[in-house]
Amino acid sequence: MIAIIKYNAGNIGSVQNALDRLGYKSIITNDPNAIRQADKVIFPGVGEAASAMSYLRAHQLDNTILSLQQPVLAICLGLQLLCRYSAEGYTACLGVFDTVVEPFPAGSIVPHMGWNNFSDLPGTPNELLRGVNRQDDLYYVHSYYARVCSHTIATARYGVTFSAALHKDNFYATQFHPEKSAATGEQVLQNFLKL
Amino acid sequence: MDIMNGRTVKGVNFRGLQDSGDPLELSKKYVEQGADELVFLDITATIENRQAWLALVRRIARQLNLPFTVGGGIGNVEDARQLIYAGADKISVNTAAVQRPALITELAREFGSQCIVVAIDAGLANGQWRVFTHGGRRVTSLPVVTWAREVAQRGAGEILLTSMAHDGTKGGFALELTSRVTTAVHLPVIASGGAGSEAHFATLFQQTTATGALAASIFHFGEVSIPTLKSYLHKHKIPVRL
Repeated sequence: MIAIIKYNAGNIGSVQNALDRLGYKSIITNDPNAIRQADKVIFPGVGEAASAMSYLRAHQLDNTILSLQQPVLAICLGLQLLCRYSAEGYTACLGVFDTVVEPFPAGSIVPHMGWNNFSDLPGTPNELLRGVNRQDDLYYVHSYYARVCSHTIATARYGVTFSAALHKDNFYATQFHPEKSAATGEQVLQNFLKL
Repeated sequence: MDIMNGRTVKGVNFRGLQDSGDPLELSKKYVEQGADELVFLDITATIENRQAWLALVRRIARQLNLPFTVGGGIGNVEDARQLIYAGADKISVNTAAVQRPALITELAREFGSQCIVVAIDAGLANGQWRVFTHGGRRVTSLPVVTWAREVAQRGAGEILLTSMAHDGTKGGFALELTSRVTTAVHLPVIASGGAGSEAHFATLFQQTTATGALAASIFHFGEVSIPTLKSYLHKHKIPVRL
C-alpha cells in the first residue's frame, strides 16, 4: 500500500488519480501509523510553506516523516518542506536536504508555471530519473525554488538554476509534478514505485 | 473546450455554437497529440447543471495526465473548492471577479495563487480595449491593462487573455493587446483568440512574451494539428515540449 500524506495542501487527489492510472492502490491519510506502515510514501502538495509546516507539526507529521525508512517521494511543496529552510514565510523546514528555498528573483514571471526540461542531468541518472532524457519536459508550478546542493540529482533553469530533483537515503523529491507530466512523469512515478 | 450540457461546443465571435464532440474523447485525442494543458469552460454554468459538471470534472481528472483548468460560474470560494476537490488543477474566474475583485484575493489566500486564473475577455469599445463580462455579452468601462494590473496585485497566478475582436476570425492573435498586458504584469499570460495557422502561433511567441497560446476551433475541426504546430514552432526555434 502506498500512503499519500494528507495535509493542508492542494490537489493531492491528482497524485492518487495518477497512481490509479498506473494500477497502484493508495490511501490519502494524515494518520502517522498508517503512514509508517505503508510500503511507500508520497508527500505531495502545492501551497504555502509556513502554514503547511504548522499543520505538519500540529498533527505530529513532521517527526513521522523524518522517522520513515521506506522510500519517500516528495513533490513540489513537499520537496521544499524537506529542505532546511524556506524564505516563504521565513519557515524552518524538515532539513532532510542540505539546502534552502528562495523566491525567484524580482522581475521574473512567477509562478514558474509550465513545461521545462533539465539544464543538467547526469549521463547515468539517479534511479528515480532512469529513462528520462535531459531534453524531456516536465510540468512545474512554483514561485520558490530549492538551491542546488550536494543532494541535487537534476537541475532546471528558470532565470536561475535550481534543484529539479533531489535524493538522500530513502528520500526522493521532485520540484516538477510527475503526476501532471504526461508520459515522462509516469516514467518517474514508475521508477519510484519499483524501488 | 467550451462545454454545454456535457458536450464541447464552439462558436465564432462568441456566437453561433456548433457541436464539436465529447469532452473526454477530445481530451484523450489532445493528450495523444501533445497538448500541454487543457481548459474546460462551463458556458451554461447553471445551478441545475452543477452536479453534472462536477461529475464531468472528476472524470476528466481521473483520465488526464496533464494539468487542466476549469471555469464557468465560479462566484465564491466554495464553488472553487468543489472544483479543486473534484481534481481541477486551476480554476478560472471572469465575470464574478470583475463584479467583486476581492474574490481573487480570497481565492488566492485559500488555494494559493498558482491555481487562480483570471480570464479576461477583451473587446474594442470606441477604439479602446475594454473588459467584457457575461461571456462577452456586456461591455464594462474597465480598461484591459488597468484590470490586468489589479488582477496581478490581488494574487492571480495566471491571466487568460482572450481578444473577442480576434476570436474565431482565424486572422492571428491580438499581438499589440497581448504585449500591453505582458508588459504591465509579471504573470504568465496565455493569449487566446484568432489562431488560424501555425505561423500565427510563431508570430505570437516571436513578437510578445506570452507564456502560452490557447486555441479551440482550429484543433476541434482539425484545421491545425498539434503535432504539426509543435514541429513548426520547434523549427522556428521556439521552445516547445515535443
